[in-house]
Amino acid sequence: MLAYYLQLAIRSLRRNIALTALIVAAVGMGIGTSMTEFAVMRAMSGDPVPDKSSRLVMPQIDIWGPDSRQSRTGPAVELPDQLSYRDAMALMRAHKGLRQTAMYGLAPDVTPAQGRPFPAPGRATYADFFTMFEAPFRSGGPWSQADDARGANVVVLSAKLADKVFPHIDAVGKTITLDARSYRVVGVLAPWQVIPRIYDMSQSAMMQAEDLYLPFSTAIDRQMRHYGHNSCNSTPPPGWVGHLTSDCVWIQFWAELPSVGAIGNYRRYLLNYAAEQREAGRFHWAPLVQARTAREWIAFIKVVPDDVKLGTLIAFGFLIVCLINAVGLILARFSSRAGELGVRRALGASRWNIFCQCMTETALVGTLGALLGLGLTATGQAGERALEGADSPLAQMLYSLDVGMVLITVGVAVLATVCSGLYPTWRASLVQPALQLKTD
Amino acid sequence: MEILPILLALRRNKVGAVLIGLQIALTLAIVCNCLSIIQAYRAQMARPSGVDEANIFTMNSDWIAESDDLKADIAADLAALRSLPGVVDADATNGFPLAGLGGGTEISMKPDRQQSDVGTTEYFVDEHGLAAFGVKLIAGRGFTADEVSDLHRHDDDAAPSIVITQRLGRVLFPAGDALGRVIYLRSGTTPKRIVGVVERTQSPSAAFSWGQSAAENSVFVPHRYLNSHITYVIRAHPGALATAMAAGRDRLNALTRRRVMSNVSPFRQTRQHSYQSQHSLSVLLGVLCTLLLTVTACGIVGLVLYWVTQRRRQIGMRRALGARRADILRYFHLENLLIAGAGAVVGIALGLAGNTWLAAILALERMSAGYICFGAVIVLALSQAAVLWPALRAAAIPPAAAIRDL
Repeated sequence: MLAYYLQLAIRSLRRNIALTALIVAAVGMGIGTSMTEFAVMRAMSGDPVPDKSSRLVMPQIDIWGPDSRQSRTGPAVELPDQLSYRDAMALMRAHKGLRQTAMYGLAPDVTPAQGRPFPAPGRATYADFFTMFEAPFRSGGPWSQADDARGANVVVLSAKLADKVFPHIDAVGKTITLDARSYRVVGVLAPWQVIPRIYDMSQSAMMQAEDLYLPFSTAIDRQMRHYGHNSCNSTPPPGWVGHLTSDCVWIQFWAELPSVGAIGNYRRYLLNYAAEQREAGRFHWAPLVQARTAREWIAFIKVVPDDVKLGTLIAFGFLIVCLINAVGLILARFSSRAGELGVRRALGASRWNIFCQCMTETALVGTLGALLGLGLTATGQAGERALEGADSPLAQMLYSLDVGMVLITVGVAVLATVCSGLYPTWRASLVQPALQLKTD
Repeated sequence: MEILPILLALRRNKVGAVLIGLQIALTLAIVCNCLSIIQAYRAQMARPSGVDEANIFTMNSDWIAESDDLKADIAADLAALRSLPGVVDADATNGFPLAGLGGGTEISMKPDRQQSDVGTTEYFVDEHGLAAFGVKLIAGRGFTADEVSDLHRHDDDAAPSIVITQRLGRVLFPAGDALGRVIYLRSGTTPKRIVGVVERTQSPSAAFSWGQSAAENSVFVPHRYLNSHITYVIRAHPGALATAMAAGRDRLNALTRRRVMSNVSPFRQTRQHSYQSQHSLSVLLGVLCTLLLTVTACGIVGLVLYWVTQRRRQIGMRRALGARRADILRYFHLENLLIAGAGAVVGIALGLAGNTWLAAILALERMSAGYICFGAVIVLALSQAAVLWPALRAAAIPPAAAIRDL
């Protein structure tokens, strides 16, 4: 039966091309705009490491006391969202997770063989970082634990930086000058976009992944300036050493636990650690800790900016108006074919048959609308790229179609058209054969 | 007036009328909300930053390795910049309005942060600072050379004096007597006397949503900012901006190669970059509204055309009974006015409800009644214009259509 309905549908589409085109246009435009916005929101609110995000834990410790939480201004986080150097080192030594890393952002200056030096965003981290956040390598690999321990002069580059400084050759094994010192390249990452950048959301979650990664101990030894968010509750002692011993928080810390059930144990360990610090006289308030998983953090931080949410809402409002339009147009279509449907009924088709026939036709129109919608979505995304003015990898990631998005677009388009066609189809199936045969 | 017959006739065509009314309602709700949001963003983007926007450019300088004598390097840079032709003044500082990065601190009325009051941005400048920024002093004076001391870290507390913005003055001292009073920064103990008040200076984060509450809270602290990452602010004579920018960058690069210059941009560009997302959203909403109005208009045209073909016989009958073309035209316009009017009423209610919801979840401002009225007028006018062509087609139906099937 389906094949017959399809035949009928195609024939009737061809007969009244203008009306069909209008319906397809209405659906296509609505789908195009709403999916353009939705794609951005989906890219921004995704989970970059879905298989681990409920096992990656970020510890937070209350080292500033209850007073600090009243006078904080800015985005509200109850406990400091970073750790101080002391606490980060203590947690690293305790090694309570399967893997863990302390890290902080850098911006060293790269001096290439030719040309002027330029700053490049970087990160000081431990070797476990690459496994924990599933960083893909193009060549080479991360440094070893021994390199971490002795503060070796090694570095991992991003694909972009490696291509810029060592064009057309494999950078592994070569030497690069950072902040007037030499470092040996041990690995080059494949192009890697982590959106949102869950391992460091202290600033904006939409920032790109870095261009170079150094061992944490190396960066600390070299006193490499921290580039990121630094919060202090009181005046720290002067100098680099003062900065390390102070209670300023500037270090991000992540632990990967073997299973979701191990989070309870980790929290208990943190609480014990805070209690120990209290016993040692570091502070005098009740120990308070938090251990949020990456997934919880993404939800808490509200990564998607308000203007994206607003754009998506308005675009879906536009979709609804387009669908209402489509309802009217489909109604007009079926009404003008009352005679033909009446003949079919007179020949013995049941109401259900008529319903199915009209539904098939609507679904076909919906598919055409989906195709137009896909084309318009691609155009809309090109427009957004032009508007944002960036051909950065971030813009490429946010404003491009992937397989999932295509499937969602087609699915939504067909579903939406079928829903708008429900009432007109029902009306069409009520056609009285006798009446139609007489008046025509 | 034939309102009652129109309504009775509509009873036979409820669905179509509901469809048009619903489209009008949704369009009105969305359009007036969008207009209000666009207007709010444009107002936000139009706020003056307080500095001499047309004539200022900024540059960032990063020393590659730790410099032996940062103070001498920076002094040499500033001397070179100030001696350029076309430059009014120049200074080295830690941040600039709308530039995104900068230092924040809190102001207290008592020492040792016993009572932390207001969050603010601090700009470290020397005695040339206010002239370089181009801010307007409305009371008091700028800094003198002997008030300026070196700053090696963000929390040296030695400065004896401070210049604040007018808004900050009003927040701290509502009676209006800020000049001459004493405040404390962070948890410091050195009192800082307010020696000057400037009209307005925005903070670096004034364009971000979380920076709105403190957008105009700024203080100038007399310190020479000695940091290997530093922002140079240069104010040029009117018309000399481009040449001064090129000359400044070249001169600083010539002085030493041990640094990286970046972000050499006129303030106009900084401002544009800072408000990029507001601008994008305004454009997006504008495009969506235009599309929405177009689609609604086309929908009305299509549906009414369809009605005309449906009611061909009735219209022909009316013409045969003596109606003129103008009567048919008026009939359709009136019918559309009734439907669109009902839709507009629902739309106003939807628009207000939507606005309340948006204000709650997205922290937007409430819409004023003006936008609703303006939106309603636009939508009603649009629907009347849209129905014109189908109505003309209807009026062209000959009276003979009543008896002939065409």
